[in-house]
Amino acid sequence: MVAFAVKRKTKVSTGGSLPVLLGLVAAAVFLAVGSLVSNIFAQQTVAGLAQGAIFASLALALVLIYRATEVINFAQGEMAMATTYIAYQLTLWHVTYWLAFFLTLVIAFFLGVVVYGVVIRPVQHRSVIALVIITVGLFILIDGLVTWKWGADLKFMPAPFGNQVYHAGGVSFSRQDLGVLLVSILSVILLWVLFQFTRLGLAMRAAALRPAAAALVGVRVDWMLAIGWGLAAVLGAVAGLMTEPSQFLQPTMMQSILLYAFAAAVLGGLESPAGSVVGGLAIGVFLNLIGQYWGFATAELRLPIAFVVLLVVLLFKPTGLFGRKQVRRV
Amino acid sequence: MTALLELRDVTARYGPVQALHGVTLAVDEGQIAAVLGANGAGKTTTLRAVSGTVRREGELRFAGKRLDRSGPDAAARLGIAHVPEGRGTFAELTVWENLRLGAYTRRGAKEDFSRVQAYFPWLEERRTQQAGTLSGGEQQMLALARAFMQRPRLLLLDEPSLGLAPLLVTEIFRIIKELNENEGVTVLVVEQNAHIALQAAQHTFVLEVGRVALSGPSADLQQHESVRRSYLGY
Repeated sequence: MVAFAVKRKTKVSTGGSLPVLLGLVAAAVFLAVGSLVSNIFAQQTVAGLAQGAIFASLALALVLIYRATEVINFAQGEMAMATTYIAYQLTLWHVTYWLAFFLTLVIAFFLGVVVYGVVIRPVQHRSVIALVIITVGLFILIDGLVTWKWGADLKFMPAPFGNQVYHAGGVSFSRQDLGVLLVSILSVILLWVLFQFTRLGLAMRAAALRPAAAALVGVRVDWMLAIGWGLAAVLGAVAGLMTEPSQFLQPTMMQSILLYAFAAAVLGGLESPAGSVVGGLAIGVFLNLIGQYWGFATAELRLPIAFVVLLVVLLFKPTGLFGRKQVRRV
Repeated sequence: MTALLELRDVTARYGPVQALHGVTLAVDEGQIAAVLGANGAGKTTTLRAVSGTVRREGELRFAGKRLDRSGPDAAARLGIAHVPEGRGTFAELTVWENLRLGAYTRRGAKEDFSRVQAYFPWLEERRTQQAGTLSGGEQQMLALARAFMQRPRLLLLDEPSLGLAPLLVTEIFRIIKELNENEGVTVLVVEQNAHIALQAAQHTFVLEVGRVALSGPSADLQQHESVRRSYLGY
C-alpha cells in the first residue's frame, strides 16, 4: 500500500539527445563521403553494414527480452544457432532454402514461447540471479543437444543469395552482403511496424513497461511476455540464418556474435530497440573499417576491440546512445 | 435496485500482514459509493481485492458472477475499470496510446474516443504527447479517460484527488459525477478528502482496521458524531 503511494519519477525521452543525433548524422555523412571518395571504403562499409545488421537483429532480440523480463538472455545466441540447425535439417529433407527459412522462423517462435513458459515464467518473479543462471544453463543445454544431434564439425547449407558480385562504378558488392543486409533490416522493420502500429504491439509494449497497469486494462501480461520471447527467438533465427553463409554451421557459430550483439545493445542503451539497431550497425561498420585502415586491428583483435567499446560505454555513458536515465522507485 | 458489486467477508493479506479482516459491502448499480478510512484501514486493498490485483479470499460477486478466481485482466474484461493510486498511466506512451489501451479488449477505439472527448475536449490536441509530460491533473484526467475507454460498468477510483490543487479536485469530481449520471457508470471511490467524497457519493463506507465499521447514506454519515470528528474535523 505504501509502496504504491511513492510517486514514480520517470524522465521521459523518445530517443537520443541532440548531440547523439548530431553525432550519428555526422557519422553517416562521413561514411557517405568516404564511400564516394574511395571504392575500398565503400565496399568495406557495405560489408560492415551487412555484418552489423546481424549484430543488430541479435541485439534487438536481447533488448526485447530485457525490456520484457529484465534479464539478459545469455542463451539468445545458442537459440539462434539451434534454430539454424533446424533449417539445415529441413534442407537435408529437400525443403527449398527459402521455405526452410520461413518454416524455421515459425518453429523458432514456438520454441521461444516454450522456453518462456517452461523455464522462465516459473522463476520470473523470484530473483534476477536465478534467471541469469537459467539462461546460462540453457546456453549449455542447447549447445550440448545440438552437438549431440548434429556433431561439432562444420556443416554447409545451400547459399541463399548465390555468389554473384555486383559492380557499380569501380565498387564491387557481393550479392550475399546485400542480401544479408536486406533480410536483417527488413525483419527489424517488420518488428517495428508490429510494435508501433498494431493493437498487439501496443499491448506488448504496455505489458513490458507496466505489467500491473496493463493487466488492469485487460491485457494478458503472461501471453504478451511469451509472444515477446517468441519474437526474440525469431529475430535470433534470422541472425543465425544470415550468419550461416559466411561462418557456416557449427555449434559455436553464434558465440562471438552474441558478444558483439551485447556490445551493440549496451551501446544503444539496452532498453532502446532503435538504439540496439544503430549500435549493431555502428559496431559492424566500425570494426570493418578499422580492420581495413589500421593494420594493428587484425581479425584476432576484433572481439577485444568490441569489448573496449563496451567498456568505454559502460564507464562514460552507461545509459548508452539512446538510453534514458533510470530513476527507480525506492 | 440490485447490487452490482457484493463483497462478503473478504480477507486479503500482503505476506504476513493482514490488510482486510473480512470486508462486507454492496454497491448498487448506478450509484457512486465512497470508501473512507485512516491510512492502513484497507481502502486501497479493498479496491485491489475487487480488481484482483491482490490475493484475496471470501465471496466477491460482480453482476451476479463470482469474481473470486479472476485476475485483473479477467476483471477488466468483465467491465471493471480500476484507476489505481498513482494513476497507472503509461508515462512512456503517448496520450492516444494510453487511451487506445483502455479500449484494448475491443475493436473500434476511435468511436469510443469521440465519446471520451465530450468529457475531456483537451485530449484531442495532446494525442501525440507523451503521457509522462502531462501535469499531475492532466494525468489524472487521462487515467479517468482511459478507464472510461474501457466502457466499464464499474469504475474503481483510488484517491483521484491525491496531490492535486483544490480546483482540479472539484473538476475531477464534477466529471466523475457526469460519467455516473450520463453514462450510468457505477463508481466506487476511495478518498482521503472526506468532504468531497461525502458530497459526491450517495453511499459511504467507513473502514477501520480492515473492516467496514460504519456504512450508510452519505447524508446520514455526515451527521454522524465519530465521522465528523475523525474525518471532517469539526
